[in-house]
Amino acid sequence: MNAAATLVRAPALLAVTRARARVEFLVFIREWISVVFTFIFPVLLLIILGSIFHGQRLPGDVDLAQYFVAGMIGAGLFGVSFQNVAIAIPIERDIGTLKRLAGTPMPRSAYFLGKMLMVAFVALAQNVLLLGIGSAFFGLDLPDTVGRWITYLWVIVLGIASCTMLGIAASGFVRNGRTAPAIMSPIAIVLQFISGVYFVFATLPNWMQTVAAIFPLKWIAQGMRSVFLPDGYQAQEPAGSWELDRVALVLAAWCVLAFLVAVRTFRWRARTDD
Amino acid sequence: MSGGPAGDSAIVVSDLRKSYRGRPAVAGIDLVIPRGEVFSLLGPNGAGKTTTVEILEGHRRRDSGDVRVLGVDPALGRAAWKARIGIVLQRSDDLTQAGALTVRDWARAMAACFPNSRDPDEVIELVGLADRRNARAAHLSGGQRRRLDVALGIIGRPELLFLDEPTTGFDPEARRRFWDLIADLARSGTTILLTTHYLEEAEHLADRVAVIVDGRIMEVGPPQTLGGRATAAATVRWLSPDGPRSVQTCTPAALVTDLAARFGQDVPGLAVERPSLEEVYLRMIGAPA
Repeated sequence: MNAAATLVRAPALLAVTRARARVEFLVFIREWISVVFTFIFPVLLLIILGSIFHGQRLPGDVDLAQYFVAGMIGAGLFGVSFQNVAIAIPIERDIGTLKRLAGTPMPRSAYFLGKMLMVAFVALAQNVLLLGIGSAFFGLDLPDTVGRWITYLWVIVLGIASCTMLGIAASGFVRNGRTAPAIMSPIAIVLQFISGVYFVFATLPNWMQTVAAIFPLKWIAQGMRSVFLPDGYQAQEPAGSWELDRVALVLAAWCVLAFLVAVRTFRWRARTDD
Repeated sequence: MSGGPAGDSAIVVSDLRKSYRGRPAVAGIDLVIPRGEVFSLLGPNGAGKTTTVEILEGHRRRDSGDVRVLGVDPALGRAAWKARIGIVLQRSDDLTQAGALTVRDWARAMAACFPNSRDPDEVIELVGLADRRNARAAHLSGGQRRRLDVALGIIGRPELLFLDEPTTGFDPEARRRFWDLIADLARSGTTILLTTHYLEEAEHLADRVAVIVDGRIMEVGPPQTLGGRATAAATVRWLSPDGPRSVQTCTPAALVTDLAARFGQDVPGLAVERPSLEEVYLRMIGAPA
């Protein structure tokens, strides 16, 4: 079979990706457990903790609630991408969704692109909700310059890409779908605690900051602070600046690294099918 | 037909072997299945049917042996090859557990995976689920769900369709309806490889049957002649004036003619019985008949 014939016979990537994204989206919105777990939970936390923190001042003329909203947007992004994908894929492998797809001529990238699009969709909806609540009740200032909106967009895009890839890579290490939530949820929660979501990052012990700096969530939260907090606050960051070049670099590096790991570890069939 | 060149064959397998942790599941299988045939692998649970079929589908690796499916080694089969086969797996937990999708959602999603797929609604109609098209797959009965599974298997217009134990757990009526569907597909020219542990299913659908036990093929042939059924000694029973009689004979026709002459016209209680497929099969798999 020559390359030209293969091209003719493989279904168009765009059409399959659209079909996969539709399936992913339908499954997500119709499966209430996942909606509550990764979508609504950050919104609830925002309301509860935002109310608790509201009024506590940080140096640099920042309300702790403002700081927390920026972090929660990052944490929400991490949840709908990493947590969501790393839990869903082992289950889909167990019940044979992946095996069914692997038996078709579908370009395999369509499955992953479909997941990314679903994550982007959900993240967008969640961001609208978090920004709305944050600005209405917790003193969050929406960005007032084009530059900040652009930063907001690229942090979201790089954040979704890196954390979704990371979730896909992590799914290769999970033996079965039943244990996936028990493994992935604690990882997400620990990262939230050490990455400056619930606590001000600069106040964390140095070793904790160092560990957190390995993972994407710390950089997403920092990028979000650069978007939503006044510029005067960046003197309070451990590095004395928003380090946006580093944010971009680390997130891009995670995209590449997670992709390389996923290519080696991703399995379309359960272990019993070897 | 089966003696033709390899180009006429949908499936050619020689000395296929596969072990799981040293325990052989497939222990040297040879098969040639011509295009257009309905071929059944018949055997008890654990005989190696699914392992064999999943190697042919490209889902499992083999230890050794030569395999060509539509002229291609399934271990190396790419998209262009996959576009020509249809797979109905033994398990379809995704249809029950990813319960959010409707019959139509499933058909549309799978149609998008193939380059030259059938119209989703047309396939739903074909498998008799038109009135359930908006039902969630998880809410279908077992028989309906399996028909959806077949719809998804044929949506890419396969030249070769794999059906792995398609009717396990069906009630008799659902099984009959399913058989009609498969017979229609066979008439349209699709080559079908069917595994089953139901004798009636193999007898009803298959042009040829291979009985597989412990990873080996015991015999291959049309279900009517399997195990020498057609020529084996027959039992002739009738009601004589002294009570029921039965005689084993290799020339039952002659005996019946003789009886007819003796009784004048009709022979009361006359029956000629060959060994049933079940008797032949049970003998082959070594179970007490």
